[in-house]
Amino acid sequence: MSLLELTAAAALRRIRDRELSSEEYFDAYAEAAAGDDLNAYLWVQGRTNEERGTRNEHSDGRFRGAPIAVKDIFCTEGVQTTAGSRILEGYRPPYTATAVRRLAEAGARVLGKTNMDEFAMGSSNENSGYGPVLNPWDRERVPGGSSGGSAAAVAARLAPWAIGTDTGGSIRQPASLCGIVGLKPTYGAISRYGMIAFASSLDQCGPLTRDVTDSALLLGAMEGRDPCDSTSVGIERGVELPSREDLDGLRFGVARDFSHEAEGVEAGVAETFQTTVKTIEGLGGAVEEIELPHADHGLSAYYVLAPAEASANLARYDGVRYGLRTNGKRDLLAMYERTRASGFGAEVKRRIMLGTYALSSGYYEAYYGRAQRVRTKIVEDFARAFERVDFVVTPSSPTVAFKLGERTADPLAMYLSDYFTVPMSLAGIPAISIPAGLAQPGDGGPELPVGFQIAGPAFAESRLLEAAYVLERTIGFDASPGSAS
Amino acid sequence: MIDRDQVLHVARLARLELSEEELERMSRELSGILEHVERINELDLEGVEPTAHVVALENVLRSDEPRPSLPVEQALEPAPDPAQGAFRVPSPQA
Repeated sequence: MSLLELTAAAALRRIRDRELSSEEYFDAYAEAAAGDDLNAYLWVQGRTNEERGTRNEHSDGRFRGAPIAVKDIFCTEGVQTTAGSRILEGYRPPYTATAVRRLAEAGARVLGKTNMDEFAMGSSNENSGYGPVLNPWDRERVPGGSSGGSAAAVAARLAPWAIGTDTGGSIRQPASLCGIVGLKPTYGAISRYGMIAFASSLDQCGPLTRDVTDSALLLGAMEGRDPCDSTSVGIERGVELPSREDLDGLRFGVARDFSHEAEGVEAGVAETFQTTVKTIEGLGGAVEEIELPHADHGLSAYYVLAPAEASANLARYDGVRYGLRTNGKRDLLAMYERTRASGFGAEVKRRIMLGTYALSSGYYEAYYGRAQRVRTKIVEDFARAFERVDFVVTPSSPTVAFKLGERTADPLAMYLSDYFTVPMSLAGIPAISIPAGLAQPGDGGPELPVGFQIAGPAFAESRLLEAAYVLERTIGFDASPGSAS
Repeated sequence: MIDRDQVLHVARLARLELSEEELERMSRELSGILEHVERINELDLEGVEPTAHVVALENVLRSDEPRPSLPVEQALEPAPDPAQGAFRVPSPQA
């Protein structure tokens, strides 16, 4: 088996047993990443012996110098950090995000910074200021977004594992479309310090990996309270590596109108979902019908709340402290307006406008106030569900990977990509997407990966990972972009 | 429905210069999105408390002790036009 086919956990075992050197492992990926033809990376680290910068004082830690791909939304000291935006081109932050620092302290080395939708706004990576990322399963299709570069890199064996951020589905949806595992932890599990802000009450960092065990390893290294982010609380009992073998005694909730029977779900996705639910029953899990009466309104609330928060967060990009400045010779107001006009892409402008409108005088209560109340109803829906079941399951995305350009002309069609992932974000609860099989796209062509989403109560990550682990082993998804065609 | 004048007003609030073409498109697209968003008006939300933050947190306090912060030179490094230990900007009145 090629070195690049190993999960990170398996490679770490080989390094521990001295069957593989940490340099050999890093360099194999440095070489693969240097040959990136998917536009997955915006910056790639050189081989260990070429660049002093890859040395890591902690490389004897549990990650033993292993490479990791980092979404370009995380600040990395001295290394360009753009959040996929032209307005931050050339920005070299003076500090490193806590999540990345913790990984480095555990012995990981940054392999590269991955492409993404500008400021994490998008579901296809077509909103990057640096060109779209291609899906390694079919280069005419999108990898999903906004963590599309991270997902494509892990799926295409250009990185063993990666981290991304998820505000409304930005880890789970691309993981689903690329056939890998993506976890959005509970809000507050991992520090947001140094993670460029999109919607602060929703943004959360998480792992994109080949399997569930690797996901648990990364989460365990990153979670924890951080004095630099007062909303970070960590996971009190830590993260246990999954080892369960069955689903006996575990209850899984399915809301019919918020799963395979929802509008817009492709036939292949619905079928894979139902097969996976049967697999759960075969493993001893109990499947119960539940109701999430407000989940269908999640997207509407989200597209008020997230743009509102974004419009405030993105006010800081004004050509004064960092990044681009346009028309600096004119008066101050013109400088602000021109800088923002030339630095932001179309989707970011749209969301700033939407958010500014929703927060503006006379509209605040009708939009923002109401959306916050819908959020309460969604939180209550999940709380009620978790009185009866341990997990809620849905498809991760209504469709498999769609074609480049297919949804760019219609913002709403793009937003619907996050139909199944947004409610969990609004409720702040953890959710994981695992590959459940392959299915033919609605528009025909070769089969593509389908993701299965499992959500659990706040801070129940260890149980969530156990359930995902059992399911993963039984499903035995072993297709990869290379093997499919 | 959000018309051209409203778009222009919001763009000013957002400090965003929009081209004629962008104004037209924004008016059309925002109207479409708001129409979808307004589906939340179907819900009875009387007496429902708003949620701003999902994790129950008390005030998070720390002791107020002086400690080193980012040096000025480093903070100014990424600035487009640093001068005299500060961020220089064009005059508010041209």
